[in-house]
Order: sequence, then structure tokens, then C-alpha cells
Amino acid sequence: MTVDLSGGGNLLRVDNLRVGFGHRKAPKPVVNGVSFSLTGGKCLAIVGESGSGKSVTARTLVGLTGGRSHVTADRLEFNGRSVLGLGDRQWRGLRGKEIGFILQDALVSLDQLRPVGAEIAEALRLHGWGTRAERREKVIDLLTQVGVPNPELRARQLPHELSGGLRQRALIASAIALDPSLIIADEPTTALDVTVQAQVLDLLDETKRRGKALILISHDLAVVARMADEVAVMRGGEIVEHGDADDVLYRPRHEYTQALLDAIPSTHSKGTKLSHTSRPALTIKPRSAARGPVIKADGLVKRYHGPDGITRTVVEDVSFELNAGETLGVVGESGSGKTTTARIVLALADPEEGQVLLNGEPWTAASPKARRGRRRQITVVYQDPLSSFDPRWSVRSIVADALPRDSYPSAALRGERVRELLGQVGLEEEHLDRRPLQLSGGQRQRVAIARALAPEPSVIVCDEPVSALDVSIQAQVLDLLTDLQSELGLSYLFISHDLGVIHHMSDRVLVMKDGRVVESGTADAVFHQPREEYTRQLLAALPRLDRSESLTTDHGRLL
Amino acid sequence: MSATQVIVDAELEAPPVVASPPRLRRFHPGVILSGLIVAFLIVAAVLPSWVTSRDPLAIDISHSLQPPSLSHLLGTDQSGRDLYARIVYGARLSLLIGIGATALSMTIAIAFGVVAGLSGRLVDGAINRFIEVLFSFPVLLLALLFVTVFGPSATTEIVAVGIGTAPGYARMVRGQVLAVRGSGYVEAANALGHSYLRVVRRHILPNAMRPLVVVVTLGVGQSIVWASGMSFLGLGVAPPSPEWGALLDAGRNYVTGAWWLEVLPGVAIVAFAMSVTSIGRYVRQRLEGGLRDDR
Repeated sequence: MTVDLSGGGNLLRVDNLRVGFGHRKAPKPVVNGVSFSLTGGKCLAIVGESGSGKSVTARTLVGLTGGRSHVTADRLEFNGRSVLGLGDRQWRGLRGKEIGFILQDALVSLDQLRPVGAEIAEALRLHGWGTRAERREKVIDLLTQVGVPNPELRARQLPHELSGGLRQRALIASAIALDPSLIIADEPTTALDVTVQAQVLDLLDETKRRGKALILISHDLAVVARMADEVAVMRGGEIVEHGDADDVLYRPRHEYTQALLDAIPSTHSKGTKLSHTSRPALTIKPRSAARGPVIKADGLVKRYHGPDGITRTVVEDVSFELNAGETLGVVGESGSGKTTTARIVLALADPEEGQVLLNGEPWTAASPKARRGRRRQITVVYQDPLSSFDPRWSVRSIVADALPRDSYPSAALRGERVRELLGQVGLEEEHLDRRPLQLSGGQRQRVAIARALAPEPSVIVCDEPVSALDVSIQAQVLDLLTDLQSELGLSYLFISHDLGVIHHMSDRVLVMKDGRVVESGTADAVFHQPREEYTRQLLAALPRLDRSESLTTDHGRLL
Repeated sequence: MSATQVIVDAELEAPPVVASPPRLRRFHPGVILSGLIVAFLIVAAVLPSWVTSRDPLAIDISHSLQPPSLSHLLGTDQSGRDLYARIVYGARLSLLIGIGATALSMTIAIAFGVVAGLSGRLVDGAINRFIEVLFSFPVLLLALLFVTVFGPSATTEIVAVGIGTAPGYARMVRGQVLAVRGSGYVEAANALGHSYLRVVRRHILPNAMRPLVVVVTLGVGQSIVWASGMSFLGLGVAPPSPEWGALLDAGRNYVTGAWWLEVLPGVAIVAFAMSVTSIGRYVRQRLEGGLRDDR
């Protein structure tokens, strides 16, 4: 589908782009006939899930598809000149100078052993820009431009000495150093906290206003809604829908776009299904009223004593209760102490002060031996299921290992229960003998959930359980967790940095910042009438895609 | 996101990456050749009379220093002994020394490495210092020490090479144990309430030992080279018994006139060490190909 919205004078023109990988004679197609064009001052967003070909499309435009790729196109023009079949050397002439490329994770894209200032100067030097002194001046100028405070100091620091947001800005500074007319940003904010994300997006917006063309690759439709003039939705290497941003996001024509939009958890999705596919019908019952706390955390404090004698308090005076059958959401930015709190609740880390009661009895204060017998009452689902599985083990052994021996003494009983559990999480018989690596991300998380269910716990701690998943898979996993809760009466301590996910899942919410609970209350109260300034900041920083009329007021179409 | 990852995740929630690592299903002439060499040498070591009818100790002065020919495939030495027979009979001692030394070295390494890796700072530190002290002794120096105390013999060689090479492996084992101990799946097992011993037995040991499979095969070849070196210096097996290193040593005096006495035992050592190493590398690829994320 070709939609040329800009008419003549295109900066970039792509017609029928195809990219395949592997053997020359039978390349595995990854991009299948993609066409679009772009003019200066516009932002085209390419959205899609993992494997949709969006990143490969972006890489083709900077000649970084790698040696095993086969790129063909009817037309691939940048600035009126064909860039199809350029050699490495010619691409190097274009990259940085005329096309800037920003990657997701600045920590891996920046040289670890070089001060960021030198890194940016290098981009200038490669294209023969100025003298040494002029470059040094320009670097400071660029860092100031991208809003890095104290640029002289920052330029001398190494990437790991900078925060994620500053690193990403340094990367952007090196990408815009030579003032390229096209900037390609591949998931530029995915690794960032919402408030930092907002700053980085502002920065990109600014370059766009200066007449640069921007291609934004993202899986986050809310980010896209904020930035894009045009949106192309990719799936399986093809553009399934392409058009004006408002049309695509608010009046989608293609069912896949619709499904992507529906899968986003938000204020209004609560109590509804996010995914279209589902397990055998389960009615979603309204949750039962509280039956007393299963977890009671009281004044938890955790400090880390660094080797340099500096003590950092990571959790400070955190108290909460989690009632039976309830979900308590814990939200906060990285470093807010969410995960440490989870580890204390799981008794995998000992609090320095305070204690946790599990089902009314001392838990963190109990002896390790006494705790071991009760660990089946509380289980965990991690963000990265792959690293939580022994790589040698099959799905069958992973789940069977979690079954309590006294309830399932024989191998036959265990085998039967494993099948039952896998059925419950929507996996099939064929997955039994797979190893974790042979499963997709969503399947792995289902296995992790089956393992968490196996000991028949009353509480499951979910530590960012969907953060690594695509939005449609995330929707399925969230639906699964909701179903299981209503069937089994589970309580969840649900940790996430994603406010939408938290709101969708939680009955009550704790907002954490710098190890403290800054606000707590029912999910609706916290999200609709936040009392604390920090919560308001978080909510304001969140790019939103809200298709309900009620909220499209003060923040324009973004909110 | 790398290009390979894109291919790997090519569809929504669907086709799981069936881990069939490339390169491995194909025909590997090198590995097959290595397998044949190792098989032959093992037969030679166990049943030498199957692969040669000659006596490695039979002296025949009238046919001394014969170059390789049809009657003496690899020639004869200064006493007219058949070199082929001596290399075949030497396989037993050489392999025994190689395997014995590796086994000893691995046993020591695993014992120290596992204890160090699982213990607290104090024990770990003590073992580490001890390993470092061992490290500072060259293998040959240790060998000299043992030979002075026990006299030259195959057993001395095994003990000297075994102890000499152990510190390196011990460090590796310790590192592996530490890595596995800090892994997500060990924490997950702890969170499930499994006992310490069960976690050690079912997760930590097997995963920490996995890379050792390869190191063992590499170690055998390495040990044979070490032992041959010792024999060459006269610190190993006493002269009449055929052992590859000793053969090298004996051939040294005739190297200008009878090259085969020096070259061919050397070829045997190199062939065995290389074969075992290449098999080891292949095994590692097979093992880890299916277990490691190849992104």
C-alpha cells in the first residue's frame, strides 16, 4: 500500500523495498514490499511487534542490514539520489552526516571506554568537521542543545557514569552532530522511565520543528501518538495500514491495528479482556471483598553498604497490606526500590528493619528453615523468565520441580498435575518436552506462571511480568493472570513501571520513589485524583492514547 | 534489535525457535578423521597386538636405523626395534598418563573449585590464595620436585602433571559455580523452598560442570604433551618402555641421520592431542548449541 501524503520534494522515497536474510537463492524474507516517502519536518512512525520487520526497514535506510542480507527495491532514494547497493564506504559517508541513527540502548551503542564527549567529537572528525578545538566547542554546544546540564563535566564522563536519560541524550547529540536532514530513531525511549522518556521525545520533537525528517520505530502506540504525523503499521514484513497519524490511531481501518490498540492496557480497559484470543471461556467475576491481609509489610528498611563506605537506602519505611484475592500494584521508576521490596516480601533479601507477615504469621522474621516449609504459599513470576529457568531442563521438569512432594508423591501424579497446569496457562502437550530456549517469549512467561501456580500459593509476586513482551502477548498474559486470579482466588503483588498495566491490573496501588511510598490508594483514586505532586508528574509524563472523549481535554489529543 | 532476532521472532507468539544450531547437522570430515585417530589409538592402547604383530622390545641390531619401508612401516631405531610397534605400544602409557593426569587434575580442581565457589568469603579467600600459590609453581618445577622425591615413573608423571594443571581448572570451576549460584534459576529454586543441597545437586553442580566436558577433552591432549615433555627431559618413564615422550628423547641423538625417530613419535602426539581437542570442540558446540541463545 503506497500512500504518498507529501507530494513532490521528497527527502526519502522507498518503493517496494524487500529485504531477505540467509542464502542468496532462497533468502528468508523479512521485509516484503514496503513503500513510503517522507519530507522534511515530518515524522513517520513505523509501528509493529517483534519480527514485523520494522527495525530491518530502518536499518536498510542506513545501510546496516549486515552481510547476509539481500536488499532489493524498485526505488530507494535519499535526497534525490539512489542509495540502493551503496558500498560500506559510501554508507559511512552518508551515515551521521546526512542520516542520523539513534538506537534503543545508549549503553550498548556508546563506547564504554570513551568519554561521551570524545564519542561525539569522533562523529564530527570522521566527516572531517573543523579543527580539534572547534570540535571540542561544538560538542559542548551539542550537549547543551540536547539539554544535558553541566556539559563540560558530562563530556568528560564515561557512558556508565551517566544516567539512562543523559546517555540517550548524548547518543542523540552524536546523531544530530552534523545536522543530518533525516533522523532514524529505533525504539529511542523503550529503555527509559516515563519522565525521562518525555524529555527525550521533546528533544526529538524539537529537531523535527527545525525541519528535519524523523523516522520513529516503536512498538509503543502512545509514544507514536505523541510524535507522528504519519503512521505505518507493519506486520510480517508488510505495511498493513499507512496514513495520517490521527486516522490510523483513532480511526483504524485494519483489524490488526485495531487489535494492537485494544491490547493496550489503560484506564478504560479495567475488567475487560485485552486480547481477542482466549482460553476456554471463563467468566470474569467481580473480585470478592477482602478477607483479611495475606501479606502485611510493616516499616521495611533495606540499605546497601557499598565498599566505599557509602550506605544507600534502597527501601525506606515501606508498609502495606495485600488482601486475599486482591492485586496490589507497585509502580515507580527504575531505582525506586520496587524490586528490592519484592525480594524482601519473597524473603530472598532480609530487611534491616521492619518485617513481613505472611498469612498472619511472621515471615521475614522466621528462621530460614521455618520459611522453607512455607515458601509454597508465596511464589514469583520474573520479568525475564528465560534466566529463571535452568537451561538444561524441559518444561515438564521445570514445572514438576515446583510441585510439593508431599501432595504429589509419585511421578505419575506429578506428570498429570503438570499437564493440568500447562492446560491452565494455555500451553499444549507438545510444549512439555521443549526447553526454555525453544519457546517464544509469551510461552516462556506462561511456563513461569505455571511454575508459580504449582505449589498452590496464596500470593504470587509478579515482578515486571510483561515488560519484555510485545503488546498483544502482554495482553494475553495479563488476561491469563486476571483469569487465574478469579478462578483460584490468588493475591498478586504486581510490580511494573508501566502505569497503564498497573492501572489495568490493580485494585490498589503503591507509588514508589527513591525507596519510599509516596502515594497509595485505590487504583482509580491514584490515577484519577492523584494527591501527590510526584504521581501527577508521572501521569503527566505518560504519553497516552486514549480514545475516550472524557479525557481529551487539557492535554489535547495526547491525553 | 539484531537482524537475527528479527528472523527468530518472525511471527506473533508463534513458531518457537526450534533450536537446531547451524553448522552441526552437516558432515564434519575433521571430526570424523579425529574420531578414527582416537579410536585407533585407543585400540592400540588396550589391545596393541591387534594392530601390530611385532614386539616393541625385540632388538635386531642387523636392522638398526632403517628408514620407513614395507617391512618396517615407520622404520627402526638404533637397536633395530620397530618404531611402529613402539608407538603402538607406547599409546597405552601415553594415554594412561594423559587420562590419569587429567582425571587427577579435575578431581582436585572440582573439589577445590566447588568448595570455594559455595563457601563464604573466608574459605573462598583461603582457597583462592592457595590456588594462587600453586599457580606460581611452573609445572616442570613441580615435576622436578616429585621426581626427586619419588623417582621417575609413569605415576610420578601423572601426579606431577595432575597437580600442576589443577589450579587453572580449579579457578574455572569456582568461576562457574559462582556464576550459576547467582543465576536467576537458582534464585527461583530458592524461592520455591528447595533445600540447599537439592539446589546444589540439581542446579549448581550440573550447570557448573557443563563446560568442563570440553575442558576435559582439551586437558587430556594437553596432559599428554606435558608428560611427553617430561619424558623428553628424562623426568618420566624409564627408557626401554615405549612412551611417546621417551621415544622423542631417544631419537634426539639420531635426528640428523634418522629423522623418523624424532618426527613420527611427535606426529603421534600432535595427532592425538589435535584429535581429542577437535572432538572436544565439536562436543561443546553440540552441547551448547541447543542450550545457548545464539543471538
